[in-house]
Amino acid sequence: MRTMPSHAGGVAAAALGVLLLAAPLVLTGGWGQYALHVLIQMFIWSFIGQAWSLMGRFGLVSLGHGAFLGLGAYTVALLWNFFGLTPWIGAVVSVVATGLFAAVIAYPCSRFRLVGHYFTLMTLAVGEVIRLLIIAERDWTGGSLGLTLKTAGAHSLWAIQFADRRVFYYGALVLWMAGLWVWWRLDRSMARSAMEAIGEDETAAASVGIHVTRFKIGITVLSAALTALGGVAYAQYITYVNPETLSGIGVSLRIVFAVVLGGMYALLGPTVGTALTIALSESLRVAFGLKFIGMAETIYGLLLVLFIIFLPAGIYGSLARLFLRRHAGVPA
Amino acid sequence: VIDPIFLAEAAVNGILLGGILALLALGLNLIFGVIDVVWIVYVDLVMLCMYAIYFLYQVHGWPFWAAAVVSLGLGAILGVAVHLLVISPILASPPINQLLATGGLLFFLQSFATFLWTTDHRSVRFSLPSFEVGGIFLPATRLIPFGISILAMLALYLFLTRTYMGTAIRAVAQDRDAMSLMGANPQRVYVVTSAVGGLMAGLAGALLVFQYAVHPFFGGQFGPLTFMICVLGGLGNMVGAFVASFLMSEIISIAGVIWSTEMGYVIAFAVFIVMMFLRPGGILAKRE
Repeated sequence: MRTMPSHAGGVAAAALGVLLLAAPLVLTGGWGQYALHVLIQMFIWSFIGQAWSLMGRFGLVSLGHGAFLGLGAYTVALLWNFFGLTPWIGAVVSVVATGLFAAVIAYPCSRFRLVGHYFTLMTLAVGEVIRLLIIAERDWTGGSLGLTLKTAGAHSLWAIQFADRRVFYYGALVLWMAGLWVWWRLDRSMARSAMEAIGEDETAAASVGIHVTRFKIGITVLSAALTALGGVAYAQYITYVNPETLSGIGVSLRIVFAVVLGGMYALLGPTVGTALTIALSESLRVAFGLKFIGMAETIYGLLLVLFIIFLPAGIYGSLARLFLRRHAGVPA
Repeated sequence: VIDPIFLAEAAVNGILLGGILALLALGLNLIFGVIDVVWIVYVDLVMLCMYAIYFLYQVHGWPFWAAAVVSLGLGAILGVAVHLLVISPILASPPINQLLATGGLLFFLQSFATFLWTTDHRSVRFSLPSFEVGGIFLPATRLIPFGISILAMLALYLFLTRTYMGTAIRAVAQDRDAMSLMGANPQRVYVVTSAVGGLMAGLAGALLVFQYAVHPFFGGQFGPLTFMICVLGGLGNMVGAFVASFLMSEIISIAGVIWSTEMGYVIAFAVFIVMMFLRPGGILAKRE
């Protein structure tokens, strides 16, 4: 069951909407700026998590989304730094390029029936290849040192660079809501039923006339293109790209963690998981500061293991199931 | 143009590296094949064992063999601990949860190592001779680990084929459900497998300190490569993993000399991706 009890749900959504729209007006000063920064990161990474879950919920578990993220972010950054191409066009180029790249990967995966562990490890290899290529091409990309976007003054719509965080806040909010909309549209479409059938049993799905290859490539390209867009947003906001934070196994694992923690079968699952992991790592970072380097991440890792052992359906998934069972009497 | 002697040296180094990679891959593949769980954290257990050797041998002046024995024991204990504390409670969960649980453990171990020992690279120093054969240098720090690694793999082979427990392990790898029907206890086989896999991690740690410095992110250096070797060889296929280790190490070594270390890995991973499509069952699998 995916619909909330409509009345209470509507009121809650409206209240949340007003709260999110008004947040930048309330959050001022040093701590307010910091809170805005955390919220922007939550929106962007939730969007990326939603993009990942488009594949993950149908059994296409990718550990290579770092590749799409890195391709998106680096394409737009390199086009801006070396050719002065505005990120508005750069974003289109990077999303299209990443989509094509995903199609090139997805076609043989589907054609040769790469599923389960094999699919996951193949995507992991793809993520590592992109990370290593970024490092190897250090003449353009700056290698492991990363790349800083050339500045274009405090406010530039042309360069999508703003000193005022509020601009990014609203931009990230729109991005996140667009991601929710895509998720919701897919959830209501015929594609979902088709993909679910494929996830269960490819041969059976094909035998009832579902075009398995077309759906698998489609969902992979959609997921990769949205992830690239998330990478672009992140690069524009931070104005710095680095192979370790934007590609490879580390960031791929973080994305998957957040989604699985929240619950990948629910609309707000990726958001809840991402918000929680970011809040957790930020508060641990604030608590420990520079005193015990590594301690915050140690606790973070430990909690992730505990969450996965004790809440296997994800936090939002488990809560929603509990809620629905009590109120609607529908077994979830 | 590259001097052929460099290429020859790279090829020989590739073989020597392949021996160690094979040890890592066989340990991981054993667990993969029997328990059907991807231990993303495997090479991070090796990292902990390397730290143990560094501190016992280099800092506290223990004899090397004693430090190595501790490393083996530590590896086995860690292997059993990972199984009992993390894997066992979620054996019935979806594979992705199992993967992520060991992934969380990876974050935990990396960060805890950073917390305890900082990110400094620590290397163990040995004063061992080097041999020259036909213009190719063969340092003993590479030859000895290679030899021990080959012996260890032979021992693993004998254990799996000649002992009762080894036979049980192979039986579970072949058909887990049938084993339960025969009244065997898979949990015991799982624990022994995890211990043997951990033991091999400990041994690999003792051999890797000869050539590599240890640091908290050591797992990232060899982890992905080790998985790919396992898959390239065919999950659970020991002979395949052995052959795949040498294939990958040769590619990395030779391409590393011609272009750069990163390109060596890029080409190795690209070969892996292409082979996945051509031979999804592993390089030694028969075509369907």
